[in-house]
Amino acid sequence: MREDTKPITFAAVICITCSLLLSGTAAGLKEMQDANKAFDVKRNIVKAFGISIKEMTRLEIEETFEQHIAEDPASDLPIYTWTDEGAETPSKYAFPILGKGLWSTLYGYLALNADLETIAGISFYKHGETPGLGAEIEKDWFLSQFAGKRLYADGAPTDFQVVKPGYAQGESEVDGVSGATLTGNGVEALILKDAALYTSYFNNLKGN
Amino acid sequence: MASAAKKLLMDPFSDNNPITIQVLGICSALAVTVKVDTAIVMPLALTAVVTLSNFVISLLRNVIPSGIRMIVEMAVIATLVIIADQLLQAFLFDISKQLSVFVGLIITNCIVMGRAEAFALQNPPKDSLLDGLGNGLGYGIVLIAVASIREVLGFGSWLGFKLMPENYMGNGLALLAPGAFIILGLLIWAQRTVTKYVED
Repeated sequence: MREDTKPITFAAVICITCSLLLSGTAAGLKEMQDANKAFDVKRNIVKAFGISIKEMTRLEIEETFEQHIAEDPASDLPIYTWTDEGAETPSKYAFPILGKGLWSTLYGYLALNADLETIAGISFYKHGETPGLGAEIEKDWFLSQFAGKRLYADGAPTDFQVVKPGYAQGESEVDGVSGATLTGNGVEALILKDAALYTSYFNNLKGN
Repeated sequence: MASAAKKLLMDPFSDNNPITIQVLGICSALAVTVKVDTAIVMPLALTAVVTLSNFVISLLRNVIPSGIRMIVEMAVIATLVIIADQLLQAFLFDISKQLSVFVGLIITNCIVMGRAEAFALQNPPKDSLLDGLGNGLGYGIVLIAVASIREVLGFGSWLGFKLMPENYMGNGLALLAPGAFIILGLLIWAQRTVTKYVED
């Protein structure tokens, strides 16, 4: 082999070998990875509907999703509905929420009760907040506060607030996380933003 | 085991530890040590990468043109890291979510490149394999030590098992990067006192 072309030949061989290996791995594992991601979404929607998923196996969560949850095909915005066993019409409604925390974008789901005004549950499944501080928003003690709180009144979003820890009172306030005021502000802002987005959907639903 | 091979494998555990003696790989040692479970998986991924990259680069060491040596090393390491990341996403999804970008950042972990340059380029494949394995595990020991202290102080648990009483208030500092720096500094001090290592 000529000395001056050796680096180019060598680099070409390495590149082709590496790309073959990578595309082989990616193609081979894609199905499993997609299944994992789809399950992660389902798990968090189930959780938002107020179901305690801690003790449930993956199969049980999948089954719960299949049995009770459906996407509303008539809505332009994504809406998931929960139908109780044997019931004809849905009893709870969930929608995705997202917005900025302190360091990162927070992603989650929020579910409303049949009255279309109070919260049934909430979940966050993706964020990059500080562990032990902002990341507390995905813990049960924080999330469980939301159940029963009022998000809409008289056809408009309420003045929902994440307040200083220990100061939550009234039906539209929850305690924030100590040391993570800005993450709490982010949670408040994103809930209000997405609540406003869905106001007309829920008003229509009530009108019917 | 032959004593030379044993030395290759065991040296990085203490006398020549990549973190506490060479002070390499600090970024990830701070980032993924909030909890013990991530501090176990991350070193496993790194060990797999550094072992295989040492082996492959050692096999190629006599044919790599010296002008593109480092680029070839990077290509080999990057390929291995992406494969490791893909495997985690397929088989350990929850942990790969927690490790997020840090698996990808194994590519830039100085330990991997450092062992390729300092060892694999001069030594036969079998020795390089042992050297990679030893360094990966030596990195893992320190990560698990740091994570054990941080998880116990910060969450009152170890590997998810509650150790402290129910009303234990977690120490926030232990969970933040500055707390990790302090713990790592104390570990380096303790380890160098034991091995009597002095910086030249």
